Amino acid sequence: MRRMSWFNTVSLTLGFAFLYVPMLILVIYSFNESKLVTVWAGFSTKWYGELIQNEAFLNAAWVTIKVAVISSTIATVLGTMAAYVLVRGGRFMGRTLFSGMIYAPLVMPEVITGLSLLLLFIGLGLDRGVMTIVLAHTTFSMCYVSVVVSSRLVTFDRSLEEAALDLGCSPSEAFRLVTLPIIAPAVISGWLLAFTLSLDDLVIASFTSGPAATTLPIKIYSAVRLGVSPEINALSTIMIAIVTVGVITASLVNKRQMVRQKRDEQAAERS
Amino acid sequence: MRRFTLIAVPYLWLLALFLVPFVIVLKISLSDVAVARPPYAPHFDWATGIWAFLSELDFENFTWLTEDDLYWKAYLSSLKIAFVSTVLTLLVGYPMAYAMARAPQEWRATLMMLVILPFWTSFLIRVYAWMGILSNEGFLNQFLMWTGMISEPLTILNTNAAVYIGIVYTYLPFMILPIYAALERLDESLIEAAEDLGCSRFTAFWLVTIPLSKTGIVAGSFLVFIPVLGEFVIPSLLGGSDTLMIGKVLWEEFFSNRDWPVASAVAVVLLLILIIPIVLFQRNQQKQQEAEQ
Amino acid sequence: MTIPVFEPWNDPEAKPLIQFQNVTKRFGEFTAIDDLTIGIYEKEFFALLGPSGCGKTTMMRMLAGFETPTKGSIYLAGQDMAPVPPNKRATNMMFQSYALFPHLSIWENIAFGLKREGMPKNEINDRVEEMLRLTRLDKFARRKPHQISGGQRQRVALARSLAKHPKLLLLDEPLGALDKKLRQDTQFELMDIQEKTGTTFVIVTHDQEEAMTVASRVAVMDHGKIIQVATPDRIYETPNSVYVADFIGEVNIIDGLATPNGEDSYAIAWKDGQAPLNVKSPNKFSDGQKCHLAIRPEKVTINAEKPTGVDNVVEGKILDIAYLGNISTYHVELPSGVVIKAQAANTRRISRRAFTWEDTVWLSWTATAGVLLAD
Repeated sequence: MRRMSWFNTVSLTLGFAFLYVPMLILVIYSFNESKLVTVWAGFSTKWYGELIQNEAFLNAAWVTIKVAVISSTIATVLGTMAAYVLVRGGRFMGRTLFSGMIYAPLVMPEVITGLSLLLLFIGLGLDRGVMTIVLAHTTFSMCYVSVVVSSRLVTFDRSLEEAALDLGCSPSEAFRLVTLPIIAPAVISGWLLAFTLSLDDLVIASFTSGPAATTLPIKIYSAVRLGVSPEINALSTIMIAIVTVGVITASLVNKRQMVRQKRDEQAAERS
Repeated sequence: MRRFTLIAVPYLWLLALFLVPFVIVLKISLSDVAVARPPYAPHFDWATGIWAFLSELDFENFTWLTEDDLYWKAYLSSLKIAFVSTVLTLLVGYPMAYAMARAPQEWRATLMMLVILPFWTSFLIRVYAWMGILSNEGFLNQFLMWTGMISEPLTILNTNAAVYIGIVYTYLPFMILPIYAALERLDESLIEAAEDLGCSRFTAFWLVTIPLSKTGIVAGSFLVFIPVLGEFVIPSLLGGSDTLMIGKVLWEEFFSNRDWPVASAVAVVLLLILIIPIVLFQRNQQKQQEAEQ
Repeated sequence: MTIPVFEPWNDPEAKPLIQFQNVTKRFGEFTAIDDLTIGIYEKEFFALLGPSGCGKTTMMRMLAGFETPTKGSIYLAGQDMAPVPPNKRATNMMFQSYALFPHLSIWENIAFGLKREGMPKNEINDRVEEMLRLTRLDKFARRKPHQISGGQRQRVALARSLAKHPKLLLLDEPLGALDKKLRQDTQFELMDIQEKTGTTFVIVTHDQEEAMTVASRVAVMDHGKIIQVATPDRIYETPNSVYVADFIGEVNIIDGLATPNGEDSYAIAWKDGQAPLNVKSPNKFSDGQKCHLAIRPEKVTINAEKPTGVDNVVEGKILDIAYLGNISTYHVELPSGVVIKAQAANTRRISRRAFTWEDTVWLSWTATAGVLLAD
C-alpha cells in the first residue's frame, strides 16, 4: 500500500473540513442555551422542546412528508416506465421529443419550472395546495428516476428477459418476475432520490403551493430570511441526523453485500 | 396495446406538465400586463378566433428587457457569478478529486460516501449554515479576530463573496464526482511512463493527468455552471441587495411586482442563454461515451 | 447384429421436425439469412458452424421466436411458427451468457419454466430433482448462481432449458465461456444428455472442433447461406467448396487447370515447369477448367529420399516446423514459392527427428488423397 503524499493529505483534510465544519457548527449550536446563536451559553435541549411544540412547523413537516411520499411513489412508477420505454421501447413516433422531455427538466432552472407550472395551474383553474405540489414534484422527479433506472437497464443483460419468455412468461410476467426484481435496487435509489428532492425543494413548491399548504422548506426559508434562529438549528440537526444515519446504513449494507458476494464467488471458483 | 400504454402514460404526463406549461410561459411572455385575473391580456377566446388572438401578441416585453438595464445587468452578472464560481469550485474540487483517486483502495468508498453525504442533506440547510458563519458577529469573524488577523469584523454576509462561498460549498460534490470518475480510471503506469520519458512530476501532471481528466473537468464545470445560472436560494439568503442574479429577479418580478408577462419573458431569455452550455455539455457527454466504447 | 444407423436425412420417408422454407431475414440493409431452406430431424444433434456474423445466431433466434423471418416460413412439427410467440413455443434455449436469474436459487431457476406451465407442485419437485440428478447439481440446489462455478452454471442453464421437455433445444455457444479442458469434458456430457433425453439439439458454435465432436450433422454457414450440410466426417473428407475445406481444419489449396485423362481421373497443370498432378475425382471437370486441389496436411507424406511408385511427388525445402507434441507440421517451400504443409506423427524422440530446417525433402501423396473443387 502506498502512503498518500503530503499534498493529497492536506487537500483532503481541508476539503472535508470545508464540507463538514459548517454543518458541525450548526449541530453544536442547536444545543446552545442562549437565543444568541453565536455565543455559547451552555448545553440545553430546549430548542428541540420548542420545535416539537411549534405547530406551524409540525404541520409543514407533515405536508412535506405527505407530498414527498406520494410524489416520489408516482414518480418512481412513471420514471421506471419512461426508462423502460427509452431503453427497450425501440422506435416510436416522437421518441426524440420524449427523451428531450425526460432530460430537459434536469437542467431546467427551478424558477422556470415553478413559474411554468404555476401558470398552467392558474390556467386550468386548479386550487393550489398539496395536489398541485405533488403534480409539480412528480414531474421533475420522474425524470431523475428515469435517468437512474435507465442507466441500470442499459447494462441489464437482455438475454435474461429472453430466457424468461423462452421459459413461458408473457412479456408482463417477464418484467414482473425477472426484470423488476433485478433492477429493484436502482428503482429504490430512484425513489429515495425523488423523495429527497421533494423534501428539499423550496423554489418549485413556493410557486405551486397555496395558502392551504405550506411545506417545511417554505417555512424554513421564511424563518431564516429574518436571520439565524436556534430553532432552525435544531430542525436542521434532526434532518442532518436522519440523512447521515440513512446514508451510512445504506453504504454499510451495500459494502457487506459486496464483501459477501465476492467471498461467495471465490468459494464457488475453488469448489 | 400494452406497449402503447407504457409509452403513452409517461409521455402524456410530460406533455401536459412540462411542454404545455412551457408553451404557456412563451405565450404570456408575448402578452401585455392587464389589471385582471390572471393579470395579463389577451386571453384566448373561441369567439374571436385564433388570428385575433395571435395578432394581439407582440415582443414588447422583450424590448422592455433590453431597455431597462436592470435585466441585462442581471443576465451579465449571473453569467459572471456562474463563471467565477465554476472556476473556484474547480480549484477546490480538483485537488480533492485527485487526492481521492490516489487514496488507498480501501478508503475510496468511504471518501466517496463523505462527498455524497452533503448532497442528500437539505440544500436550504447547507446554505443556511453559512449565514451563522459569515455574519458580522459570526464564527469566521470571531475566529479571525481571535487570531489577531483583523481588528474590525469583515462584512461578508450579503455580499457577492458570500454568494461565491455558498455556491462552491453546495455545488462541490457535482464537481468532484465526474473528475474523480475520470481520474480513477487513469492508469498510473501512464504517469510512470511520462516520468520515464523525462517529464518532471509537474510536467507529467500537466501533460498527462490533466488532459486525460478533461472530460471530467468539462462535465463537472457544466454541472456547476448550468444550475448556478438560474440559482435563487443562494443569492437570496447570502447575497445582498446589490447581488443581481436572474433567478432572483424573476422571483421578485413575479411575486413582488406581479408582472407575469415580464417574468415570463425573463424566463424565456434565460432558457435561450442556457441552450448553449447545455448543448456543449451534451456533446462532452457523447464524446465520453464514444471514448468508452 | 448390426447397430441401426441414425441417418434420417437419407430416408426419403422421414419428415423433418424443423423445416426452414426459403427463409430470408434482413436487418435494415443487412441480409442476415439469405433464402435458406433446410430440414432438421427428430433426435438430431445439429450444429450450425460459421464465423461470427454468418447468420447462425439469427437462425437460432428465429427458431426461439425472438426474430421473425422477413420472408419464407419456419415449420416445427409441420406447424407454421410465425404467429407463435416465444413463450408459447415448444422450444427452449440455452443462452450463451447462460442468463441464469441472479435473484433465484438454482432450484428456482430450474423450476421457473415449470411453474409458468402451471404444473402441480409435487410434479415440479420430482422434475427438478430429476434434472438436478441428470446434471449432477443435487448439492447446489439452494445456492444462488453467483455461488457456483462457471462449469456448474453451464449445467444449471442446461437443466433449466431441458426441464420443460422441449421438442427442440437450442444451444447458443453453450461452451464458449468454459476453459479448454472443461469444454472437452462437457462436450461428452452434452452428447450423453442428448442421447439420454432423446431431445433434438441445435447448437450454434464457431468452434469447428466442438461442432465435429458433438454433432450428428454440421451445417457450415457463410454470409447468411448454408454452404454445406453433412456428417462431420464427410465435411472433413469431402468438403464441397474451398470455403468449407479452409474453414474446417488445416488444408493446402493448390490452384490449377484440369485435363481429363481417364475415368474420374485428371491431370492438373499447376505451375510452369512442374509435372502435372494426378488426381482422381468423382466431380466432373471439363478440359482446361479452373480447379482447386484441397489436400489435408496429414495426407501428405514427407520423405528424405525421393520416393518411387507414387502418384504425386514434389521437391522442396523445409521452411518452418511447428512442433505440437504428438505431431509436427512441416512448412515446405517448393522452388516455385508455393508452401505446402505436411504433417507427421512424432513417433521418435525429438533429438532423433529426421528432418530439420533447410533440409531438402520430397512430399508425396496419392491421387485420391485430396478433393478437387471447382471455383
